Amino acid sequence: MSVKIWTLIIVGITFTLYIAIAIWARAGSTKEFYVAGGGVHPIANGMATAADWMSAASFISMAGLISFMGYDGAVYLMGWTGGYVLLALLLAPYLRKFGKFTVPDFIGDRYYSNVARTVAVICALIVSFTYVAGQMRGVGVVFSRFLEVPITTGVIIGMFLVFFYAVLGGMKGITYTQVAQYCVLIFAYMVPAIFISIAMTGHVIPQFGFGSTVTDGSNVYLLDKLDGLHRDLGFADYTSGTKSMLDVFAITFALMAGTAGLPHVIVRFFTVPSVKAARKSAGWALIFIMILYTTAPAIAAFARANLISTVSNKEYTLMPEWFKKWEATGLIAFSDKNGDGLIQYVGDKDKNELTIDRDIMVLANPEIAQLPNWVIALVAAGGLAAALSTAAGLLLVISTSIAHDLIKMQIKPDISEKGELLWARIGAIFAVIIAGYFGINPPGFVAAVVALAFGLAAASFFPAIVLGIFDKRMNREGAIAGMVVGISLMLFYMIKYKLQGFGGGTAEDWWFGISPEGFGTVAMVVNLVVAFTVSRLTPAPPAHVQALVDNIRIPRGSGEAHVH
Amino acid sequence: MAEKKLEEYWKKNIRYLFILLSIWFLVSFVFGIFLVEPLNQIRMGGFKLGFWFAQQGSIYVFVILIFVYMNWMNKLDKEYGVDE
Repeated sequence: MSVKIWTLIIVGITFTLYIAIAIWARAGSTKEFYVAGGGVHPIANGMATAADWMSAASFISMAGLISFMGYDGAVYLMGWTGGYVLLALLLAPYLRKFGKFTVPDFIGDRYYSNVARTVAVICALIVSFTYVAGQMRGVGVVFSRFLEVPITTGVIIGMFLVFFYAVLGGMKGITYTQVAQYCVLIFAYMVPAIFISIAMTGHVIPQFGFGSTVTDGSNVYLLDKLDGLHRDLGFADYTSGTKSMLDVFAITFALMAGTAGLPHVIVRFFTVPSVKAARKSAGWALIFIMILYTTAPAIAAFARANLISTVSNKEYTLMPEWFKKWEATGLIAFSDKNGDGLIQYVGDKDKNELTIDRDIMVLANPEIAQLPNWVIALVAAGGLAAALSTAAGLLLVISTSIAHDLIKMQIKPDISEKGELLWARIGAIFAVIIAGYFGINPPGFVAAVVALAFGLAAASFFPAIVLGIFDKRMNREGAIAGMVVGISLMLFYMIKYKLQGFGGGTAEDWWFGISPEGFGTVAMVVNLVVAFTVSRLTPAPPAHVQALVDNIRIPRGSGEAHVH
Repeated sequence: MAEKKLEEYWKKNIRYLFILLSIWFLVSFVFGIFLVEPLNQIRMGGFKLGFWFAQQGSIYVFVILIFVYMNWMNKLDKEYGVDE
């Protein structure tokens, strides 16, 4: 059977499963809609968190990025997992004890101010919208490559599906579909990885194969072979990077703090029954994420070695079928500069004849490794599961922000439960349409901005929440000033160096040599300093807020997430 | 609960956080980034040690840290009678 038929079958089965789960888990109350009733088992919640968190970027792009970055790829691996340590130790248990529905809820109550709440809602919307557009785009790319439909049709199919279960099921529907989606995506990620690991190194477990010798009889370690190939072709060594140490530090830290500050991740910890369960759930989430994140660098190394040995100095006319297929999408491009009919893939830009888009490595890898067609189709289903689960989680944050944080808490406090639920669904519809629009017509800045959503979260939420828990003296004035200065500084740097606003600039002009991706760390420090200074010059928070802080510091009495 | 006991509970919690976050910082930022070059002189099978910490080891340690914290806190909660 062809890849296309296999893809139709596997994607069809998984989509039917998601829809069936959504119908089974319809939400009847706002509590079910926002936090799945607060009764999700910690392991199920861990899986849902992992699927929520691992987006199209983790599934499709990350291994490819690492494949081309070598050691420097560690910024993503450590950044996107280390954040869970911060989340589990500094945020999740306390926010669960606080026991309401959203991050702006916490900011608004802890800083006794609707201004703070509004600032938090705006930050949540900026972060979530930039992120969700990228997911819809990922859905479109997978559909167009594997089912050969136009990207627009792909995005619309994705919109309908997400719309169906997010609007109908709310958090409850999303949680249980995410559990299913995690299973699909991890299976789809591991199967080709195991096949390739066996083929290249003889090890079943890719994490071991990564550090073993290759099976071509040379008895050379895979990573040494890669370093050797890189040196011969004029690239930097695979196991040492090209970024400055300070920049690697800054990017890693910004991704960690950003991960811990992302509203769609935090909100998952409101869905478990207790503080104890919140701590446990963060651990399980990281185990489920770890499986993919420790496999990704192995895949990256396998793919890199495979790619070089397939194309380097080989005749263009003898390239395998996958090469031609991806060439047709424009994601692989070859120009025979010296006219010898061979592919020169080298580090020297003037002599290099081959350009490869990083995003295709995971999708093309099974084909490069000549795996059976059903494995290739499985990867397509996994990519869709990753994109849809993250999109659904983000849409929920957007709809909750509108229905709960804006309408219920600010505009119309006396709204009925039914009315609020209706608004949550309207919010979800509105969010799906906007996300779909950006998926079909991606503004040039989306790709540049998605990676920076972390910087924005690190510069705004993360310090405000941590200070809210650990610094009892932190007050309204300090937190608002910190968030506003932090996010403005981050936006300024991002617009200046990524979008060439405010006079623009190049890498030579970066402050302290820190890239926009890493600048979230600087903006976060500035946020902390501003918040601390301003809070000490203004009055202490009122007694009931100090009592609130005392209360969230101990687990007893967490009960269920309150309806209020 | 008495004010003083609460303060003691919180101080112990902070001490746990300090210990665990120091390890978090050590395996990722120190081993994986600042000392990656010297550690790369040491080999573990096909891996250079610094590279291994940056792309594999730190992630395993992160998982362990979260579960250690969970266990310590569950015990501490019981000891101070603030468990659920």
